[in-house]
Amino acid sequence: MDLSYTPEQLAFQDEVRSFLQDKLPAHLSDKVKGGKRLGKADYEEWHAILNERGWLAATWAPEYGGTGWDAVQRHIFEMETTAAGAPRIVPFGLHMLGPVLQKFGNQQQKDYWLPRILNGDDWWCQGYSEPGAGSDLASVKTTAVRDGDHYVVNGQKTWTTLGQYANMIFCLVRTSKEGKPQEGISFLLVDMDTPGVEVRPIVLLDGEAEVNEVWFDNVRVPVENLVGEENKGWTYAKYLLTHERTNIAGVGFARQGLANLRRIAGLEQSGGQPLIQNPFFAGRLAQVEIDLMAMATTNLRVIAAAAAGNAPGAESSMLKVKGTIIRQEINALTRQAIGPYAAPFVSEELEAGSNADPVGPEYAMAGTQAYFNNRKLSIYGGSNEVQRQIISKAILGL
Amino acid sequence: MNFELTEERQMLQDGLRRYLSESVTHEGLAAATESEAGHDVGLWAGLAEMGVIGALFSEEDGGFGGAGFDLSLVFEETGRAGLVEPLLDVGVLSGGLIAALGNDTQRGLVDEIIGGAVQVAFAHGEPNSRYDLSRVEATAKAQGDGYVLNGRKAVVVGAPSAQMLIVSARTSGNAMDQDGISLFLVPVGQDGVEMRSYPLNGGGRAAEVTLTDVTVGGDALLGAEGQAFAALEDANARATCAIAAEALGLMETIKTLTTDYLSQRKQFGQPIGKFQVLQHRMADVLIEIEQARSAVINLAGNLDGDRVERERHVSATKNLIGRVARQVVEESIQMHGGIGMTQEYALSHFAKRLTMVDHRFGDTDFHLERFIRLSAA
Ligand SMILES: Cc1cc2nc3c(=O)[nH]c(=O)nc-3n(C[C@H](O)[C@H](O)[C@H](O)COP(=O)(O)OP(=O)(O)OC[C@H]3O[C@@H](n4cnc5c(N)ncnc54)[C@H](O)[C@@H]3O)c2cc1C
Repeated sequence: MDLSYTPEQLAFQDEVRSFLQDKLPAHLSDKVKGGKRLGKADYEEWHAILNERGWLAATWAPEYGGTGWDAVQRHIFEMETTAAGAPRIVPFGLHMLGPVLQKFGNQQQKDYWLPRILNGDDWWCQGYSEPGAGSDLASVKTTAVRDGDHYVVNGQKTWTTLGQYANMIFCLVRTSKEGKPQEGISFLLVDMDTPGVEVRPIVLLDGEAEVNEVWFDNVRVPVENLVGEENKGWTYAKYLLTHERTNIAGVGFARQGLANLRRIAGLEQSGGQPLIQNPFFAGRLAQVEIDLMAMATTNLRVIAAAAAGNAPGAESSMLKVKGTIIRQEINALTRQAIGPYAAPFVSEELEAGSNADPVGPEYAMAGTQAYFNNRKLSIYGGSNEVQRQIISKAILGL
Repeated sequence: MNFELTEERQMLQDGLRRYLSESVTHEGLAAATESEAGHDVGLWAGLAEMGVIGALFSEEDGGFGGAGFDLSLVFEETGRAGLVEPLLDVGVLSGGLIAALGNDTQRGLVDEIIGGAVQVAFAHGEPNSRYDLSRVEATAKAQGDGYVLNGRKAVVVGAPSAQMLIVSARTSGNAMDQDGISLFLVPVGQDGVEMRSYPLNGGGRAAEVTLTDVTVGGDALLGAEGQAFAALEDANARATCAIAAEALGLMETIKTLTTDYLSQRKQFGQPIGKFQVLQHRMADVLIEIEQARSAVINLAGNLDGDRVERERHVSATKNLIGRVARQVVEESIQMHGGIGMTQEYALSHFAKRLTMVDHRFGDTDFHLERFIRLSAA
């Protein structure tokens, strides 16, 4: 049993740190740390910087331009980038579609789409969920009907994150109504500029429009955009979901959130002393920190097993449940720490460089809205109820 | 022992519930929040006409209620409807303070408040005061037979629609002292009063109020100089009762929305309300809301009692409400899934408004600590 990194891993950590020091633009990390809005150009800028260094595709094999890192290296990279306030890597092309194409795409698809993902030529979004198909994803109803060398797609996707920036969407579509619902699903790549595709924003309870509805009305998609075999899409979707689970514990985000909370609680005054010295508040803060310390090690245990070649299964469900509980608790404590200034809702304050003087402390608006926004953590990517179901079946055998 | 409403209160409750369910819409609430004044003039007039504002005052103050159970009744209904009007601020806080401290001339304002013609906002909290009632750094210096006021007041709810403010300021003592706090009636248009208005999470509007060398006459003083603290504590207790009842009403609506959704939403070929894990969690939500109801009754019934006992109930109730509110908000959104996070669906309004209850008049931990202190005394 040894909790420390090897000398090679430590050297890698140093390398990542000095890279971030040199290359992470302050205007991006300021936005991330200040909880300001990030736009399309911000993500693209950061992707390009990482791509130039060859560090954009941490989950890809080297032959496709990936890093070839093992699970520990990926973990180190995630810890360092979140601590430095780097924008997150937009996962749809890089962590979701890329691995699926590498495993199930044909040569032509790999040659065409993979470099475009690395170069930022396409912005991908994920078209899985539908109004009637959330947790029960296999009940997707959007249809794709073969017509010559095209599929004709009709239906609706929803909750499509950052679909407003995207020009491409990978979709689960129904190509057959025979057999079990899972058996009639195909995995299709759709160009969003095709006539008949319409994107409508959905405003969430924090007032921001990060998700969308995507409508398909007789959208003609060339058959070469089918990934793998027709009616085998469920297998690919499930494979993709295991990749969605990298960094599922969100330890880096939790640490960053905790540091921010500690800063805020040091600035807020309660009863004539900094809130952080109030024993009640300090107790709550300590409690979540203790949970995080243990969870970080659970995370490393799973990572070490993965580095040794054991693909994480239901363990990632455990990390998701505990990780999101901890992050949501940090969000709730942050909101609590902000006090009466959690109430003002001044949307412009989320815009970096806005001239508007903040109504309250500079962290109030972002901290409060993050509490509301991060209710999503326990809903998407397989809700925490669904994860517990997986744990009780796959680990406990119940 | 009797937990029934009196006949008059039952009538008020029925009438108010009917009126609000007919006149409050999700779109209307959003429009009020976005408007400059932050409220709906027609709704306010309707409330006054029904006697809802009057129900917050005793007969000797020109109303026809004013007891704890009147407050809890009215605010449970406004909460149920998700109302964003500054009724608590104008009626309970400002109206209550003027009724308690005002001279005959000043008390004329109470009639105007009850009639719906005037709104007075209570400018007390400051950027550094958090939930400490006695922490007042704004100053009032005697000058001639009047005063000069300076300071900044934070998150003054209802200020954008008010014609008048009650401003707390220090005439003596240090920032945390209970002695030395005075109250002043200041028209919003007075020279040196600056307001920055903004919308609130959960609806309605507030303002940051800056006072720069605001000159007022001696007749602006409300109550005795330097002696306002006891009345502040009183008003705070009544406001806590009101906001706790409002929270209860919000919880009731959230419970209904969520139960309905659990029955309607199907996944895996059945209503999600058939999943036992959700059934149990909804059952817990119900149990906790009943706890919240009892906590509101405890406070309403002790509002006119002995000071220490009353304040213990203030803290007990606010602490419990804060805990239940968080559970109800988080569970209801979670059990809805994605739809629970959308602004367009009514739940988000109720959930945000309920969340914000913990950010006024002391949060869960503030009152836990205070309850321990009051119980030890
Ligand atoms: C902010 C956000 C971003 C998203 N981004 C995307 C995206 O980019 N692309 C995409 O395809 N999707 C996206 N989603 C959709 C997300 O994956 C779904 O919201 C999720 O799968 C849950 O589905 P639902 O919202 O329909 O809830 P439902 O499935 O209707 O669930 C409602 C409630 O019932 C519970 N429940 C359901 N089934 C069971 C069961 N068997 N046992 C116990 N409880 C159960 C759920 O846990 C939940 O509490 C996003 C969602 C959000 C909120």
